[in-house]
Amino acid sequence: MADAEIDHTDDPQQADVRPAAPQVDDHYVPAPVSDPIMQVRDLTKHFPVKVGVLFKRTVGHVKAVDGISFDLQRGETLGVVGESGCGKSTLAQVLMNLEKPTGGSALFEGKNIFDMHGAEMRRLRRNIQIVLQDPYTSLNPRMTVGDIVGEPFEIHTEVAPKGDRQKKVQELLDVVGLNPEHINRYPHQFSGGQRQRIGIARALALRPKVIICDEPVSALDVSIQAQVMNLLGDLQDEFGLSYIFIAHDLSVVRHLSDRVAVMYLGKIVEIGTEEQIYERPTHPYTQALLSAVPVADPAVRGQRQIIRLEGDVPSPVDPPSGCRFRTRCWKAQEICAAEEPALVDRVAGHPSACHFAEEKSVVP
Amino acid sequence: MSTVDIEGAGERAGGDLLTTEHLLEVKDLYVEFHTRDGVAKVLNGVSYHLDAGETLAVLGESGSGKSVTAQTIMGILDMPPGVIAGGNVYFHGEELLSASAQRRRELRASGIAMVFQDALSALNPVFTVGFQIEEQLRMRRGMSRRDARKRAVELLELVKIPNAARRVRQYPHEFSGGMRQRAMIAMSLALDPEVLIADEPTTALDVTVQAQIMDLLKEIQVDRRMGMILITHDLGVVAEVADRIAVMYAGRIVEQADAASLYRNPGHPYTLALLDSLPRLDQRGQTLNTIKGLPPSLLNIPSGCPFNPRCTRAQDVCRTEVPAAVEIGLGRLSRCHFAEEVVSGG
Repeated sequence: MADAEIDHTDDPQQADVRPAAPQVDDHYVPAPVSDPIMQVRDLTKHFPVKVGVLFKRTVGHVKAVDGISFDLQRGETLGVVGESGCGKSTLAQVLMNLEKPTGGSALFEGKNIFDMHGAEMRRLRRNIQIVLQDPYTSLNPRMTVGDIVGEPFEIHTEVAPKGDRQKKVQELLDVVGLNPEHINRYPHQFSGGQRQRIGIARALALRPKVIICDEPVSALDVSIQAQVMNLLGDLQDEFGLSYIFIAHDLSVVRHLSDRVAVMYLGKIVEIGTEEQIYERPTHPYTQALLSAVPVADPAVRGQRQIIRLEGDVPSPVDPPSGCRFRTRCWKAQEICAAEEPALVDRVAGHPSACHFAEEKSVVP
Repeated sequence: MSTVDIEGAGERAGGDLLTTEHLLEVKDLYVEFHTRDGVAKVLNGVSYHLDAGETLAVLGESGSGKSVTAQTIMGILDMPPGVIAGGNVYFHGEELLSASAQRRRELRASGIAMVFQDALSALNPVFTVGFQIEEQLRMRRGMSRRDARKRAVELLELVKIPNAARRVRQYPHEFSGGMRQRAMIAMSLALDPEVLIADEPTTALDVTVQAQIMDLLKEIQVDRRMGMILITHDLGVVAEVADRIAVMYAGRIVEQADAASLYRNPGHPYTLALLDSLPRLDQRGQTLNTIKGLPPSLLNIPSGCPFNPRCTRAQDVCRTEVPAAVEIGLGRLSRCHFAEEVVSGG
C-alpha cells in the first residue's frame, strides 16, 4: 500500500504511533498500558432463567455480560456505551462485587477482586465506589444528608475518627458544590441535580481511586446535566480519580471519556480512544449508533447519512450465533452466522469485532 | 401581567389579523395547582397555535409546563389539584374548555389524539394490544369485531410491526419498548385524528429505536397532513423534525421561532444558554457552559422575568417587570427585555 492516493486516513500519524494490540489466538488482550489500576479479563455474568413454582429448573441463561476484557488506567475515564439490555449496568454491578461473576477476573492493583474476602474485601470497597443513575431512589428518604454522606465512615472508622466526621461531611458537601449548612436536611428538600451531588459526595467520602458512574446524568435536565458533568471532570482532576463512565448518551460519553468501549448484547464490539471511536468507527453497530444520535442543528437536517437499524435487540437468553449483531446488520454474510468475530485490531489501529470492519466517518 | 399575545406576530405576518383560523389554538392559558404547600402557578399565559401538516415542538425542562398544556388541551388534566384559571383552547374555532363533557369525548375520539411517554403504563396490561385498538373502533365507528380486528392489523402494519396478525393477539408485556411505542402510535391513529400530541414519545427509548419512531411519526404526519405537537426536552430530536419551536420556561413560552432561526440565532437568553450547555458529539469539550442555579419553584416564581436569577444579562428591569413578547423577526417572538440584543448576538 505504497500508493499515496488510496491513503484516506485522516490522521496517519496517529495510526502510526499506536502500538498494535497483541493478538493471541483470536482472543482480545488489551494492549499493555503503563499503569493500569484495573484489569478486567474474560468477565462473564450469566443469570439463570428458571421456571416452575415448587421445583424450579433452569431453562436457560441470560448472558448479560459475556466475555469482557479491558484495562483501566490510573486517572483515565473509560466510557461504556450501549443500548438498554447490552449489559453495561450488570458490568457495573459485577465490578462493584455486588454480583458474583460467572467467570473471569478483575484485578485491582494486581489482585483479583473476586478472590477477596472479609477485611481485604472491605479495604477494596474503599477504593471502588459507585454513583447510581436515579438520584430519587438511591438516597434513603429517612436519613439526613449528613447521615447519608457520613455513613461510609461508620463502616470504615479508620478514615475519619468520630469527632471529625461532621467536619469531613461538610467538607465533602462543599467539594461537590452544596451548602455545608444543609447537612441536616433530608433528600426531598433537594432538587434532582443536588441529589446527584449528594450521591457523588457519598461516593467520594472514602477517597476512592475508581468511581463507577452508572448513567449519572441521564435523569437530569439539560441545564443541570452540564453542571454535574463539569463537577465530575473537576473532581477527577482534583483527586486523580479513574472513572468507568456508563451511559447511553453518546455526546455525554464523548465529552468525559478518554477511551470508549461500545457494548452490544453482553460483548464489547469496539474499543478505542474517544477520537478513534467517534471519528473513525469501524464496527457497523458503532456507526449505526453514532449516526442515529440526533444533531442539534436543523441546518444539517436531511444532509446527514443516517444508518437505520431494523428491528430490536435480540434476547440475551438466546443470542444469535456467530456475530451477535448480524440480525440487524446490513453487511451480514454467511461467515457472520458461522464464526464469531474476535475483538482484534483490523483496520484502524483499534480493536473491532467485525469480519467486515472498515472505517467510516458518520459524525458530521 | 403581559397582554401581548405571543403568537400574534405569526398572524400579522400572514397579513390576516382576525379571520385566520388555526387548526388548534391555545390562548393565554393559565393553570394552577392547589397543593398543600400553596398555589403552584404551572401555566402563566401560554399561547400557541398549530396548523394542519406542521410540526410544532414544545421544548422545555421538567416543570416548565409543556405536558400540562397538552393535558389541558386533551381535557385530561387532573382537577383537583389542577385549576384552569383562565384562557381558551380552540379546535377548528370551537372553544374546548367550555364544551360539554360529551362534546369533548367526541373530539378526543376523532379530532385530537395523544401518544404518551411511557407506553408500558399507558397500555392496559390485562387486555391484548389488538383489543385496545379495536375498542375505540367498535365504540366510535360501530365496527363489528371482525372488521375492527382487520383494521387493527392494518394499523399495526402501518406502524411497521412485523407479524401484525400474530402480534395483535399479544399482551403489552410481550412487546419490546419500541414495539409498545409503535402500538401506542397505532392506537392514537385508529380514528384518523387531525392533531397528534406526542408527549416525549421517544424519551424512554434507545437511540436506534428513537430514530425509527421519529421517522415513523414524521412519515405519518406528512402523509396524513396531520398537525403534530411534539413535546420534548431533547434539543437533538427537535432539530430533526420540528417546523416551528416554542420554548417554555416556568409556565411561559419565552421564545417562539421557526426551527432554523432558533438554532442559528436564538432570541432568548434561556434558549441561548440551553444550546450552549449541550455536550457535542463531534468534539470533546473541556468545560461545558452551564446555566447557573435551578429552575424556579412554581410555588414562588421570581418577580419580573422568571429567568432573571439565572440570566447572565439580567438588569434591574428584569427583576421588576415581566417582559412582554417582542417580535424579533418574521413569526419570531421572544419574552426578553433585551431580545433585540440577544438575537443580534450583542
